[in-house]
Amino acid sequence: MTLSDLSHAGITEPRPDNLVLSPVKQSGLGDQMKRGLDAPICLTWELTYACNLQCVHCLSSSGRRDPRELTTEEAEAVIDELERMQVFYINIGGGEPTIRPDFWHLVEYAVDHGVGVKFSTNGSRIDAEVAEKLAGMDYVDVQISIDGADAETNDHVRGEGSFATAEQAMEHLHDAGFGEFKISVVMTRHNIPQVDAFKAMADRYGAQLRLTRFRPSGRGADSWHELHPTDQQQRDLYHWLLDRPDVLTGDSFFHLSALGEALPGLNLCGAGRVVCLIDPLGDVYACPFVLHDEFLAGSVRGEGGFQKVWQESDLFLELREPQSAGACASCGHFDACQGGCMAAKFFTGIPLDGPDPECVLGHGEPLVEAADQALRPVGADHSRPTPVAFLGRK
Amino acid sequence: MTFDASSSYRLHERVALRPEPFGALAYHYGNRRLNFLRAPELVTLVESLDDHESVRDAFDAVGIDPRRWPSFEKALASLAASDFLVAA
Repeated sequence: MTLSDLSHAGITEPRPDNLVLSPVKQSGLGDQMKRGLDAPICLTWELTYACNLQCVHCLSSSGRRDPRELTTEEAEAVIDELERMQVFYINIGGGEPTIRPDFWHLVEYAVDHGVGVKFSTNGSRIDAEVAEKLAGMDYVDVQISIDGADAETNDHVRGEGSFATAEQAMEHLHDAGFGEFKISVVMTRHNIPQVDAFKAMADRYGAQLRLTRFRPSGRGADSWHELHPTDQQQRDLYHWLLDRPDVLTGDSFFHLSALGEALPGLNLCGAGRVVCLIDPLGDVYACPFVLHDEFLAGSVRGEGGFQKVWQESDLFLELREPQSAGACASCGHFDACQGGCMAAKFFTGIPLDGPDPECVLGHGEPLVEAADQALRPVGADHSRPTPVAFLGRK
Repeated sequence: MTFDASSSYRLHERVALRPEPFGALAYHYGNRRLNFLRAPELVTLVESLDDHESVRDAFDAVGIDPRRWPSFEKALASLAASDFLVAA
């Protein structure tokens, strides 16, 4: 693994692909990461399951608020703990996090306690006034989600009117002089042909483009077969990304490294090692893509709080043990792809020591077809009972 | 600005260090970059730079083996290049 190419000028998102690495080392960085850190580098906190959209690929099957969600006081206590643990930066998501009445309070509370915030939003609450306010805040990053470079492609996944809403939010951020916000796109069969258009859009707004991998998690399990990229698209994307190291990926395409040169990043599954998720109820999961009991490590509401879960939970300790290459042991590319994404395997019915469903060498596909879809694991569901029309801006 | 081991440096005031088994994780609140200090001696060194007239004095005081000075100098230079270290 080459480490020298991990530093990209101008990148402000401290994810594994944004590290500046000092040349002094005792052992490989990847090995250190696999053994886990005292606190996560990249913590995602979903503040609510409430959402005014019903995206067909939503990894948390969001829609309705859960009555058991953390109270403001409980959320503040979590932030206090993150401050003590020196978690310098968190990614807030949902649901649509801005729907929570205490959203701005919690953002300010975090920032005041030395915990920087990047939040993901569909843009519905980013009007001119909010954009102004955001532009004046230090340590707050905004990430607007879109899934198509035009309304037709985007709204097919995110709901009618959602492209116009996101576009308006980006205009507001741009006009307010926010600076380099992020445009986040989940790569699908329909939008991979639009990568150049996404890049042009980001350049137009002075924004940073972030492309991440579509996982069969949450409602993504239902839309997987329609939306996941073709083998050829994966190859095209790999080469496109190799040529554009300034495009962020959240380190999510490491399974593509089996195609040759590794993409920038740590190229390993960070679940429970450097990454984890706190859900709206305070439950701690190994990563944002595995909202399922199997990957539930504990709760911030338990004795010892988040720190105890991160440092002592059986699940996380197990994930930090050396993993067996399993069925991939005989393939010469395991060191490059690490067997791929745990969540992608789990929700397509592939054993965790088996190949990634989108293995670029084609080892995954027959297993997905052979898996009994009736026995496919299903996570918690907060979808609204019937699809509703997009509610639009407030 | 070129890194100069004969002059004195200190950690940027907006840099925080989080101890880790391999050394420390450094975070710069100003430019929001993360940096791994992948050796415990590097952490001790970085924290004590401010107490010495030059980087080489600090090497001596912390007891870094002279054979490893070049690699430590390189590490410090990269920290200075990303603004984690500033001239004292």
